Amino acid sequence: MTPQVLVDGLMSGALIGLGAIGVTLTYSILRFANFAHGEFISFGAYATLLVASGISALIVGSDHGIGELSISPAVIAASLIAMTLTAGFALALDKILFSRLRGKGAAISVVMASFGASMAIRASLEFAFTSRPAYFSPDLEIARPIVFGLKATPDQMALLAVAAVLLMGVHLMLTRTQIGRAMRAVSENPALARVAGVDVDGTIRFAWATGGALAAASGVMLGLLVQIRPFMGFDLLLPLFAAAILGGIGSAPGAFAGALIVGLGEAITVQLAGSEWRAAFAFLVLIAVLIVRPTGLAGRPT
Amino acid sequence: MTFDLVGPIAYASFFLVFALINAIVCLGLNVQWGQTGLFNVGVAGFVAIGAYASALLTTPPSQGRLGGFALPILVGWLAAMVASGAISAFVGALTLRLRADYLAITTFGVAVVVQLLALNAQKLTGGAFGVAFIPRPFDSLASMPALYDLANLALVAIVVGVIYVALERLGRSPWGRVLRAIREDERAAMALGKNPARYRLQAFALGGALMGLAGAIGAHFIGFIAPENYTSSLTFQVWAMLVIGGSGNNLGAIIGAGLVWALWSASGLIIADLVPASFEARAAALRIIAIGVLLATMIVVRPRGLIGEKAMVSRHLDEE
Repeated sequence: MTPQVLVDGLMSGALIGLGAIGVTLTYSILRFANFAHGEFISFGAYATLLVASGISALIVGSDHGIGELSISPAVIAASLIAMTLTAGFALALDKILFSRLRGKGAAISVVMASFGASMAIRASLEFAFTSRPAYFSPDLEIARPIVFGLKATPDQMALLAVAAVLLMGVHLMLTRTQIGRAMRAVSENPALARVAGVDVDGTIRFAWATGGALAAASGVMLGLLVQIRPFMGFDLLLPLFAAAILGGIGSAPGAFAGALIVGLGEAITVQLAGSEWRAAFAFLVLIAVLIVRPTGLAGRPT
Repeated sequence: MTFDLVGPIAYASFFLVFALINAIVCLGLNVQWGQTGLFNVGVAGFVAIGAYASALLTTPPSQGRLGGFALPILVGWLAAMVASGAISAFVGALTLRLRADYLAITTFGVAVVVQLLALNAQKLTGGAFGVAFIPRPFDSLASMPALYDLANLALVAIVVGVIYVALERLGRSPWGRVLRAIREDERAAMALGKNPARYRLQAFALGGALMGLAGAIGAHFIGFIAPENYTSSLTFQVWAMLVIGGSGNNLGAIIGAGLVWALWSASGLIIADLVPASFEARAAALRIIAIGVLLATMIVVRPRGLIGEKAMVSRHLDEE
């Protein structure tokens, strides 16, 4: 095993973290495990791909990488638009499907609906784009030494910085702003929050939008680092859940920590056993947490 | 004038055998979800465990692969039930005292890992090439396809019949009533001194064992298994079968299995016949979208399904 796992582990930890925040927000505000969250990731990546090709068709030269990066201005602009689109997509799915099932009967029928939606969205992406992988850029990136003999591509370094900024932003939003306080209030006790004058429906919409936008960011990162496939988000779902549960489901800082652990563990697994066993680590984490401490790292014992 | 009946009979029996195998999976899911309210997102994984367990025990020894004990098919069936049942019990023991979502997430994880093992643990599962030479019941009739398929149809029909009668009796028994009591009002059941976690665990393991049995029966009918038979789209199909047929109702589970399987097979035939090869992958995706929309619509519009659950009370109540 080489120290290089640190770089790979941080990368996949950042990717998983961006997705796991959405899973944990949906869980804490709406109280269900959203199996369609992986599809938000794929949706965001394909939306970016489409918008970026549109931009580069309109503006000549916008598809060239900036400086040392393979990331072009078109992809950057497109990813911002795609984050908005994915937020809208999450809100639309909530409006069409989940909101109809809220508050009536068993909470688990919402989980079931999310499973059905996940399958249908994934198949729609396969229908529209086929299962052939797509790429944002044909450029090949060369890893260069950074510190202590570690190597990283310029893309990796830039994306890591972006992910850190996004995660920090979410953390500040949840802890320092009015809407963040409202979200925590709703997750503690929706009825009490409503009585105290919190706009519960607005908070729910905000949670969907945030989760969707971050999922899109995760999808763009994954697309830049690996490739874009209809199954990309679905394959990330188990690590997302493992990270969220390890961190203590409902806790955003817990989800960051969980994501880093799962990401590093995956990188080590890939080094020791080969990349085909990547997903096995997330499953082992899940089982270990359920045996040792089901409330997770940040969870309060119930 | 005589008609050639061999083809149609063989095809119809072949179709029905698969519909009935799906019905067994669906009955297993009905024990878990319909009767007890346990959400299993890893159905395909539990079916695969049964299929591989039985294949490993009953196939002749083969180089480069573990297992191959050439045991009788019946031993394979039983082992499949034990293997899937035991893993279900393990998953249940970990998650059933927690919120329902944990069970869903863990079963999803089981399906992912089983698929991973099926694809990559070549010594155990044969990898992407799968396991071949799985012994088939009535193999001596293989030269007469119609007779072979009919014999298998009779066998599977008997198995489904036995399971159906057993589950109906179980549903009316005190055990079944406790399950539904827990599903409807856990606290009330606890107040009556019932231990919900234990009953849930039993129901989950029983459902898992049935899924394993279905996996084994399917493996022995075809004689060959491969990882792509057990992907999430199988889980999805079985859910559609149960929800459309009517969860909580064993007859609904069987009818739903037949109906969805018929729709699935018919659309498959249409795609193979009418759709140009270059568009086939897309048409297959369209098929899944259609079932997804059907399932979501059903959950929103008619959550009880076609038949729905009937109120079951003790048979002693009628005698008053």
